[in-house]
Amino acid sequence: MALRIDHVSKSFGSLHALIDVDLEFPHGKLICLLGPSGCGKTTLLRCIAGLETPTAGSIWLDGQDVTHAPAHKRNFGMVFQSLALFPHLSVGENIAYGLRIRGVDQAARRKRAEELLELVRLPGVIDRPVSQLSGGQRQRVAIARALALNPKLFLLDEPLSALDAKLREAMQIELRLLQRRLGISTIVVTHDQREAMTMADVVVVMDHGRVQQVASPLDTYRSPSNAFVADFIGISNLVPGTLSGRDIVLVDGRPIRVARPPERISEGARVMLSIRPEEVHVRPAQANGENHLSGEVSFVRDLGASVEITVRCGDHQVLAVTTPRDRPGVQIGDPVGVELPVAACVVLPS
Amino acid sequence: MTRPASAPAADAMHLPGAAAGAPPISASLRRHLPLIYPAVMLGVFFVVPFGIMLAVSFFHRVEGAFYEPAFELANYARFLTPFFGKALAFSVWISALAAAIVISVSFPFTYLLTRMGRQAQVGFLVFILAVLSLSEVIIAFSWSSLLSRTAGVSNLLYFVGLLSQPVAWTPSFGALLVGLCYLCFPYSVLVLYPALSRLDPELPEASRMLGASPLRTFFSVVVPVLRRSIISALVMMFVFNLGAFLLPQVLGQPEHWTLSVLITDQAVFQSNIPFAAAMAVFLMLVCLVLVGLTLMFGQERKAAAP
Repeated sequence: MALRIDHVSKSFGSLHALIDVDLEFPHGKLICLLGPSGCGKTTLLRCIAGLETPTAGSIWLDGQDVTHAPAHKRNFGMVFQSLALFPHLSVGENIAYGLRIRGVDQAARRKRAEELLELVRLPGVIDRPVSQLSGGQRQRVAIARALALNPKLFLLDEPLSALDAKLREAMQIELRLLQRRLGISTIVVTHDQREAMTMADVVVVMDHGRVQQVASPLDTYRSPSNAFVADFIGISNLVPGTLSGRDIVLVDGRPIRVARPPERISEGARVMLSIRPEEVHVRPAQANGENHLSGEVSFVRDLGASVEITVRCGDHQVLAVTTPRDRPGVQIGDPVGVELPVAACVVLPS
Repeated sequence: MTRPASAPAADAMHLPGAAAGAPPISASLRRHLPLIYPAVMLGVFFVVPFGIMLAVSFFHRVEGAFYEPAFELANYARFLTPFFGKALAFSVWISALAAAIVISVSFPFTYLLTRMGRQAQVGFLVFILAVLSLSEVIIAFSWSSLLSRTAGVSNLLYFVGLLSQPVAWTPSFGALLVGLCYLCFPYSVLVLYPALSRLDPELPEASRMLGASPLRTFFSVVVPVLRRSIISALVMMFVFNLGAFLLPQVLGQPEHWTLSVLITDQAVFQSNIPFAAAMAVFLMLVCLVLVGLTLMFGQERKAAAP
């Protein structure tokens, strides 16, 4: 294992930013630390970087304890949220800053800076002041600077948050391709689940200083480990019910069968039934098969590329998303049935 | 003094009828209204007194009396002697030296201060403001006692055995330098504080991630990024030191008397106001030239740096 975070906790006074975080990451992967603001993801990244010292626990890299190694001796590349480009230096001098600190001569520094600018596809700006670059260009310079010393770990703290939506999507793909090409172990902090889905090999979902789930992006989406993850990763229908039998959840008295019986939840317990909106089918009111709930259409949102239908079933709202092609001809107020397919239903502890 | 004339015009503006009757004039007045207050303040308290001083510097001194209006360059001519030239050079030298010393101490101090917690920062700033409330007189005589042979710290060193006998360290160049530095230290901290607390903490962190030690980071990122703040603080402390007229008399030998002391001497004790005025004008011109050169240097460096 390349990086091991061994029961790390971090407190700032009475604030517990990290609580017993225990993780292991293999070499060469892109890991996303994902969570809402204040969940501790940035603190974890800063502990890995050496900019914060854990209150408890230790951090190991390739079998070496680096918990107390100062940041400037770790050789990790980092892209900061503000990018932190040095305003008094040119693009080339920014990228070659680390090389200058190591005493590399002028010509070699310039050559390496040019190489890196080529790598991030931003040639010809080496002598420009950083103040003359656009947001996307500054982003690329920050990435090039962090990679200049061939770091053992590449850390990025909300690196794309300053960019507009379109550029951000493009940069996500580019960053991912760059990471794959270099095969560098990378950790990205983000609050954007789309960003995590686009880039990550492994997603670490965090909330309130604790790790909620560690899994591949698709697994966190399809089988979230708890209601928080289900809600944070994309949009999910969370319907409260009671576990009855091994794989049956009673929702308002109607049995809903689930594919995977929950572990460690006893019968009769209050649970959450989670189902993704795109899995929900809207059926005619008279249809009455397995896993059906009946209700009334409370809103229809036609977004062009997709149609969102909200159905009120008793006290619960169930959202169904479909494509315009499969759109059932329903209007607000129509009585309908919703089918929750067995394979798509996940039971979560309440 | 044309300023009072504009006051009635400003009053007229507040009449709704006047404002509605002549919109273009009113609009232009309204736009310039915020300028009137600082202009009046500057005029009454700065431009006019300076004009009077400038005029007096050309007046004729009447021995044993005051002065009478005239236009003569004798006051300036008298200034161009080795004695006053030396005093001017010394004033500039010690003011610049003290400014350089105090900034090189207070800049790292303030940097570390801004990296502390909020509570600690407030504590330190309150303490600094308290030091600021000490007058030049108190500071001068405190240092005079501290460095004296009879009651100073040399007695302590003698007691410990580091000195064979108590020594008088004042009056001397060193004592004057220490006094000036002490006097302007709190000012320099307060001048540097805003710029340093606005410094993005991720800049030094980025430098550390790239392998620079905290000390290296301080010199290769923090100092150059805040170069302009440092230069303007240096200029302010230089001008501030140049105006000190009590410290040189208490902590210095007569050869350490700065131009400010000589001006005070001429104005107060010799009652030669025209000559004092001429020296003040000259000091201000020298000061302006030096400040201008420093700022130009800062600008050029900025233009060349990217």
